[in-house]
Amino acid sequence: MSQPVNSAEPAEPARATVNYLNHDRGVWSWLTTIDHKRIGIMYLVSVLLAFLIGGIFAMAVRIELLTPDPTIMGANTYNRMFTLHGVVMIFLFMIPAIPGVFGNFMLPLMLGAKDVAFPKLNLLSIYLYWTGAILAVSGMIMGGADTGWTFYAPYSTSTPETLFPVLLGVFILGFSSIVTGLNFIVTIHTLRAPGMGWMRLPLFVWGIYATSIIQVLATPVIGLTVGLFDATRGGDPVLFQHMFWFYSHPAVYIMVLPSMAVVSEAIAAFSRKNIFGYKMIAYSSLGIAFVGFFAWGHHMFVSGQSTFENGAFAVISMFVGVFTAIKVFNWVGTLYRGSIVVSTPLIYICGFLFFIVFGGMTGIAVATVSLDVHWHDTYFVVAHFHFIMVGAVIMAFLIALHYWFPKMFGRMYHEGWGMVAAGFIVLGFNATFIPQFLLGNAGMPRRYYMYPERFQALNVASTAGASLLAIGFVIILIYLTFALVRGKRAVDNPWDSRGYEWLSASPPPKHNFAEQPIITQDAHSYQNPGEEVEHVVI
Amino acid sequence: MSSSDHAHHHAPGPGEPTLAHHFDTQDQQNQAVRLGMWLFLGTEVLLFAGLFLGYTVYRNFYHEAFHEASRHLSLFLGTTNTIVLITSSLTVALALWAVQQGKNKLAAALLVFTILCAFGFLGIKSLEYAEKFREGALPGKWYHFSEITAPGANLYYTIYFLMTGLHAFHVIVGMCVLIWVLKGVVKGRFSPKNDVAVELGALYWHLVDLVWIFLFPLLYLI
Repeated sequence: MSQPVNSAEPAEPARATVNYLNHDRGVWSWLTTIDHKRIGIMYLVSVLLAFLIGGIFAMAVRIELLTPDPTIMGANTYNRMFTLHGVVMIFLFMIPAIPGVFGNFMLPLMLGAKDVAFPKLNLLSIYLYWTGAILAVSGMIMGGADTGWTFYAPYSTSTPETLFPVLLGVFILGFSSIVTGLNFIVTIHTLRAPGMGWMRLPLFVWGIYATSIIQVLATPVIGLTVGLFDATRGGDPVLFQHMFWFYSHPAVYIMVLPSMAVVSEAIAAFSRKNIFGYKMIAYSSLGIAFVGFFAWGHHMFVSGQSTFENGAFAVISMFVGVFTAIKVFNWVGTLYRGSIVVSTPLIYICGFLFFIVFGGMTGIAVATVSLDVHWHDTYFVVAHFHFIMVGAVIMAFLIALHYWFPKMFGRMYHEGWGMVAAGFIVLGFNATFIPQFLLGNAGMPRRYYMYPERFQALNVASTAGASLLAIGFVIILIYLTFALVRGKRAVDNPWDSRGYEWLSASPPPKHNFAEQPIITQDAHSYQNPGEEVEHVVI
Repeated sequence: MSSSDHAHHHAPGPGEPTLAHHFDTQDQQNQAVRLGMWLFLGTEVLLFAGLFLGYTVYRNFYHEAFHEASRHLSLFLGTTNTIVLITSSLTVALALWAVQQGKNKLAAALLVFTILCAFGFLGIKSLEYAEKFREGALPGKWYHFSEITAPGANLYYTIYFLMTGLHAFHVIVGMCVLIWVLKGVVKGRFSPKNDVAVELGALYWHLVDLVWIFLFPLLYLI
């Protein structure tokens, strides 16, 4: 290897190498960069800020629901709080989180490329993100959007609050997402290292590829249809629901597929074993992307669809469960008889597996028409999608953040504190959302400001769980910030992972590799554990 | 791979393509930009697709109003604009051919003609818009046209303005692209060896044309 290997010296070695973080300094050098790694870092800072804002609104909602009567805010403020929470978390955090941060940073490294195919377009995507984010958030705060993140007509066409800046913001965020997806597809098609056929792509790349297809195909459709749904002028509110979910249901997979991709990558590294069922994991990502386009009607079982439509959408929705189950089976198969390394990412992987199965099974339940009629618009549905969106997506985000932290910053985080925080988060998550299943099943509707007294105990439990979650995130923030400044220097490949991204220095130099890597073996190859990585000539 | 490394530091002469730092070969770069453009055109089609769906549903709901409202568009101006756009699509394709033959002067003339067609299209379109503004046949809450009695005419004009407005926006963007291409052709930057940008600019213009070919019958000929 031509890169100098930072061996595990106990003392702080002077960092002789120039890397992507220090080759050029100053805010301007960041704002005008076309380096995919720096753009990934800028996304990281941005989505973490969005997560903080969305989290604060979530806590506000949970605190308000501590008592059956008004607790800390009025009814209108409450409506704005859950709208802000939903819009910020979905459009500003979950959709861009893993593709924007880790996709940008890791994809070219995994492909053995110097950058994404269109580096300037990549820079444009983050500026679009910032523009859309500022418009949407300031629009919501000043205009007081109170429709929920779904903007359902006819309420959204008749609410006195101004929605235009928010919708424009979301529209611009959509473009940011399309640009990123398009860039990734072209990168994967044209910039693979010599020797890297499609069946040697790391599974993270497969997941991002499937995600990008959805971003490119689903996002434009919702585009410019505002103004067509005003019922007072003959517009059809149900048509809005169809078009909204035609984008927003695949968007669920824009959020979930990258999470699955992260897990496929990290689970091999932390069980020190070849991934089980590589092809099936790769194909099931495409399978989810495909059926995801035809499942949107399961959001509309009580919106006046015909019985036939309901049945068709229910069956198609259940196929998502089949593909997800294939993945879970393969992940567990990878863990089975592996040399499992107990570490912070592994705890989150276990959490992820539990949450995706539980969230997936309740997903099958709500996709069953007869059951959904009972659960529709109750906390049961809220709990179900939080199991997927928080349980799976946030776990995967944390796996990625910990697993790739040394790659991105060249420092190690504190493993002990990592485990403590993981404990808080996994337990806190269960405590927050399991009571919500019970609440929903008992009949508590979502988005309601007050509730009968018999629901209070479970609501208090849920808020207590949310506090544990918040404590966990604060601990992570503290030890990762500390690690960034004072953390132990990381060696180039601290996990001894066989992922291609670890073949360059950590942190990588500006153009990723000193020389073009040539791939001669399959991805995630742990056939001879303990041996140095030799299958790639650098 | 070392053979291609020299290309990175090699300054391109006039008429030769520039190779970006992260590509190894010109072929790889051409393949990437072509795929990127085709994907982008796909997203453009889908952007219009949402509006076409809205059109389909509401035309089904309000058949009478759509039929009647369509009669209030000027078939003459619409047909003229269709001819203008199709002609411009031909000339931009010929311009690409001319660049590939090394006939930059001819290519420049054809591009200038294409851009003039685009101006002409927008001019005619603004005449039509002016008429609609005068009549009050406007989208959404601004609608106050009294001649159509069937319900749903409001939606027809909302869709009309959304679709033709979005299309006109694409015409303007396309003109900017063509002016940029024209500049490169005049300066000799584009040549038989370096024609991909011209090809992609022309592709975008064809999309603008293609969308109109669907809009024209759906809005004017029903």
